[in-house]
Amino acid sequence: MGNPYTVPAIVAVTLATLAIGFYGLKLARTTSDFLVASRVVSPTWNAAAIGGEYLSAASFLGVAGLILKYGVDVLWYPVGFAAGYLALLLFVAAPLRRSGAFTLPDFCEVRLHSPGLRKLATGFVVFIGWLYLVPQLQGAGLTLTTVAGGPYELGALLVGVVVTANVALGGMRAITFVQAFQYWLKLTALAVPAMFLVLHWQADGRPPVTPQEGLTFPAATTVVIEHDATLTYADGSSKEVRPGEELVFQAGDAVPQVSDVDTAHDLDWLLPGNDAGGMFGTYSLILATFLGTMGLPHVLVRFYTNPNGAAARRTTLVVLGLVGLFYFLPTLYGVLGRVYTPQLLMTGETDAVVLLLPTAVLGTGVLGQLLAALVAAGAFAAFLSSSSGLLTSVAGVISTDVLAHASDRGPGQRGSVRDFRMAAMIAGLVPVVLALNVASLDVSQVVGLAFAVAASSFCPLLVLGIWWRRLTDFGAAAGILVGGGAAVGAVLVTILGPPLEGWAAALIAQPAAWTVPLAFAVMVAVSLATRRRTPPDVGTTMLRLHAPESLRL
Amino acid sequence: MELDISLWWVRLPDMEQPTTGAGAPQRTRIVLAEVVRSRDHDRARAELAEQTQVGDALVRGLVRAQLALALRLSVVVAIGLGALPLLFAVAPTTSTVKVVGISLPWVLLGVGAFPFLVVVGLTYVYLAERNEQDFTAVVRRPER
Repeated sequence: MGNPYTVPAIVAVTLATLAIGFYGLKLARTTSDFLVASRVVSPTWNAAAIGGEYLSAASFLGVAGLILKYGVDVLWYPVGFAAGYLALLLFVAAPLRRSGAFTLPDFCEVRLHSPGLRKLATGFVVFIGWLYLVPQLQGAGLTLTTVAGGPYELGALLVGVVVTANVALGGMRAITFVQAFQYWLKLTALAVPAMFLVLHWQADGRPPVTPQEGLTFPAATTVVIEHDATLTYADGSSKEVRPGEELVFQAGDAVPQVSDVDTAHDLDWLLPGNDAGGMFGTYSLILATFLGTMGLPHVLVRFYTNPNGAAARRTTLVVLGLVGLFYFLPTLYGVLGRVYTPQLLMTGETDAVVLLLPTAVLGTGVLGQLLAALVAAGAFAAFLSSSSGLLTSVAGVISTDVLAHASDRGPGQRGSVRDFRMAAMIAGLVPVVLALNVASLDVSQVVGLAFAVAASSFCPLLVLGIWWRRLTDFGAAAGILVGGGAAVGAVLVTILGPPLEGWAAALIAQPAAWTVPLAFAVMVAVSLATRRRTPPDVGTTMLRLHAPESLRL
Repeated sequence: MELDISLWWVRLPDMEQPTTGAGAPQRTRIVLAEVVRSRDHDRARAELAEQTQVGDALVRGLVRAQLALALRLSVVVAIGLGALPLLFAVAPTTSTVKVVGISLPWVLLGVGAFPFLVVVGLTYVYLAERNEQDFTAVVRRPER
């Protein structure tokens, strides 16, 4: 791309992350500091940190790309990503904090006292964490290739190593400062260029987003074809193209449709209800995102840093506001991308729209290049912060449940700092290896699947565990195995299996609409069948989960 | 563990009061004052901790109130947001309505959804804290 500011911006973000991590390291003196920031993080810091951790590559790049491609139907992604925090607030936040559980396996221990269930939960935490980590690293590789022309492996490796080192050296306290910083960086990196983009669009005389005569190129553009495809022009004529062929378009030329790139056009893009999965897909997505957030391991681990249940509730509310504020922006990029970067609809690389829009709109002058560098820095912040959070939580369960177990301290005992560091290495190595070897996966799709798995396994466990006295360990395990297992199966078929057609495709691509009710139903039915296994101390646990702190019980 | 200790504190003066009360007036008065002030409170807390019928009923009531609140607000969201895909499918004309030049689905999902979620969240936090205050008030004055 030849932008002289991009690489320094990415390096600056990486160095700032390491520097804040190092500053945190100096503060982290005890194991407690290291693991849970000694529970003294203020709600505002904590909320910004949760937001920073949550807004991943899928939010920063993926949402705008999807909107550019598919239009109004995918607005459910940002709405669902935000609404997940409302579900978390309503059903989980305060009781989970009061339970004193640091991770989901801890919650199983507190509520149901079952070592077997604890192991099962550990397995799911690690699976979801890695499923979420791989696309982050791949997104980093892709970003580096797009904006700086560097090799793909370098980006994935760079983010993997920086994040692993930061988590292993600084622990959670460092991460809290890093994450909070990165939330504001990400917001700025989208908001500032967005203002310039909108002003420029105004000055252009507000070119329509869905013009009557179809999309046209705003400037002379060269598109390089990568696959055999058929181009369909606006006048109905078509043309076969071969890989490597360069097509030159002049400003004002109509944008042809490319046969192997799945996009929505004109009215399909503008109006709801025309996507392939139809209403089933939409509702499945809503269910997965609304209910999946509460089951994401890196989200839950943060609640322990709140001083009490009431603070956890307020923190969640602030997060909802911060995340909602952020999600106004990707929509804007997706919409303006139709006007200024229509060539992405021909190549299908719509995830790059956020990165390319500043220079496409504002030209390759200093302003355009500076803003492009800012956006690239924000994208890197997104990879770094989400990966750090995921890695901390995966390392957390590995150190407390696998390593501590191996060293005879027993499950549930907080491992030593050395255990945690070793766990961070293991937790970081696996996704880096996967990211370098597995074929590139679509960022938003994989993240959506991670949400579906979380919604079908941990959401029922948390909701029933917190609100229903009769939940038993057998019921919980059966629900997680059947519902979560079905969702995992759907994930594996989607990633590894052959492409499917018709209803089977819809059921597998967006599994939440059937796996979530299945998980709830199995959990309730098996719990009722094994009524005698209800923990004898369920009353005490309920009191602990729900009694306000002001009673000082 | 803490709970057991507080229980022991409450009962001990109760039993010893008749014999030691007259012997050391100065000392007893201080202890009595302390115990009387906190006895109701401690008894209620003890009932909660011991899972007596009263305590159990109190906790069940709180859990039910909080769950009902969460479910009610979920229904608000389910109707406010969840009904939209259905609405757009059943009445396609609604999606061609324009608000300040932008079609309605874009306004509702791209802009309106987020403030709506925050308002529901604010309502929840306010009402949930009120439920907890009510619970605390009942526990502190169990006779009423």
